[in-house]
Amino acid sequence: MRIGVLAVQGAVREHLSILSQLGIDGRRVKKAEQLSGLSGLILPGGESTAISLLSRGCLLTKVGELAKKGFPIFGTCAGMILLADEIEGQEDAYVRAIDIAVARNASGRQVDSFEVMLCIKGVADDFQGVFIRAPYITRIGNGVTVLARHEGAAVMARQGNVLVASFHPELTCDMRIHRYFVEMVREHEKEEAIL
Amino acid sequence: MVEKGTYRVKSGLAEMLKGGVIMDVTTADQAIIAERAGAVAVMSLERVPADIRAQGGVARMADPARVKEILAAVSIPVMAKARIGHFVEAQVLEALEVDYIDESEVLTPADPQYHIDKWAFTVPFVCGARNLGEACRRIAEGAAMIRTKGEPGTGNVVEAVRHMRLMNKQIRLVLSAPPGELMSIAKETGAPYQVLLAIREKGRLPVVNFAAGGIATPSDAAMMMQLGCDGIFVGSGVFKSGDPEKRAWAIVEATTHYKESEIVASVSEGLGEAMVGISIDEIPPHEMMQVR
Repeated sequence: MRIGVLAVQGAVREHLSILSQLGIDGRRVKKAEQLSGLSGLILPGGESTAISLLSRGCLLTKVGELAKKGFPIFGTCAGMILLADEIEGQEDAYVRAIDIAVARNASGRQVDSFEVMLCIKGVADDFQGVFIRAPYITRIGNGVTVLARHEGAAVMARQGNVLVASFHPELTCDMRIHRYFVEMVREHEKEEAIL
Repeated sequence: MVEKGTYRVKSGLAEMLKGGVIMDVTTADQAIIAERAGAVAVMSLERVPADIRAQGGVARMADPARVKEILAAVSIPVMAKARIGHFVEAQVLEALEVDYIDESEVLTPADPQYHIDKWAFTVPFVCGARNLGEACRRIAEGAAMIRTKGEPGTGNVVEAVRHMRLMNKQIRLVLSAPPGELMSIAKETGAPYQVLLAIREKGRLPVVNFAAGGIATPSDAAMMMQLGCDGIFVGSGVFKSGDPEKRAWAIVEATTHYKESEIVASVSEGLGEAMVGISIDEIPPHEMMQVR
């Protein structure tokens, strides 16, 4: 199984390192053509403005097309902003792959960045969430399941093949969320095989 | 229980900036130009290094009013420079809620002997280093990000290259040495032993290491990336050039696509005048910023 990590900028090597520990062939994706042959894609944390400006040509458009076809995608922090249908205070969104609205830097500036233990539906009830100038989910669309909340705010969600988190599992040694995503990718491969 | 200011959230923010460009800005307008060009963060300071070099005098942290304007103008992280050892400038910048403090040799040092105790702060710090010993001492003092110093405000990349190559060489030595030689390396380099252990555990410096000091062109940026740094600081290189918007964008593109010479070539076309460079030999020893 080959899973790509969008490698324009940000916490790319952390995701690749976890994938490799899980025995998955992780690939850096900088261009649209590198999306072929992948079974899933991770959009890492970084600076969403920079990542969107620097994704050359039709990279993000292609990611959007794949998402519509049921291709499994996981976005953390900036990756979640890139995947959201709506971004507060901004007219345009980017990939539009999950029916949520997000607010940038909702947890505040860096001095308010924090760690907290999270209870994540279907994953773990003791996951250490690392929130860095984190975005929160402010609107949940139909068909979106909230998997975790912090002080009432939705911080992790899933709609079908798309998984998003406000925080950074890639900055911990805890691989349970990545395992959960790999399972999503396996399910999708099975479905594809039946078709 | 919510924990703020852990070392993981401090160094984690720097991890998120990897592969990006951080630009020096003195006004909100410049910060907006930097953000639109794809900068991952901006660095607020009173004057860019080239002006500090030309005008002389004591260089201090920026006017808090300016810092606030910059904080309000952009959504990317805002860093700000404090003088080496000036823990009250750092306290002020923390109160302003900047996202990172650069305890910087570009400003006039406030303490001839000691750096700031960075563990005492919730806000993270980045510090300059010329070699592994300096980098490891700053990390031991609590720095959550390192940048090689280069020679700021010169538009001359040679010192940045010197420092990056030396650091890489020393890290290779630490990684390949038998365990019994580590303490002696600590003694020779002036690097705290515990930080050397952390390097061996991670296989690299335990925090992100950007290149800084003299980077003025897209090729300079791409070269530093190929030499193995995690990202780029551009000081005077952008806003002391003929066409800041275009050059800012070109340096960002070259940093992202540093291995693709066609892209570096195409973004380098027609950028107008680069900042005026200074040969390192022409700088009197007491005006070298890197030795601070």
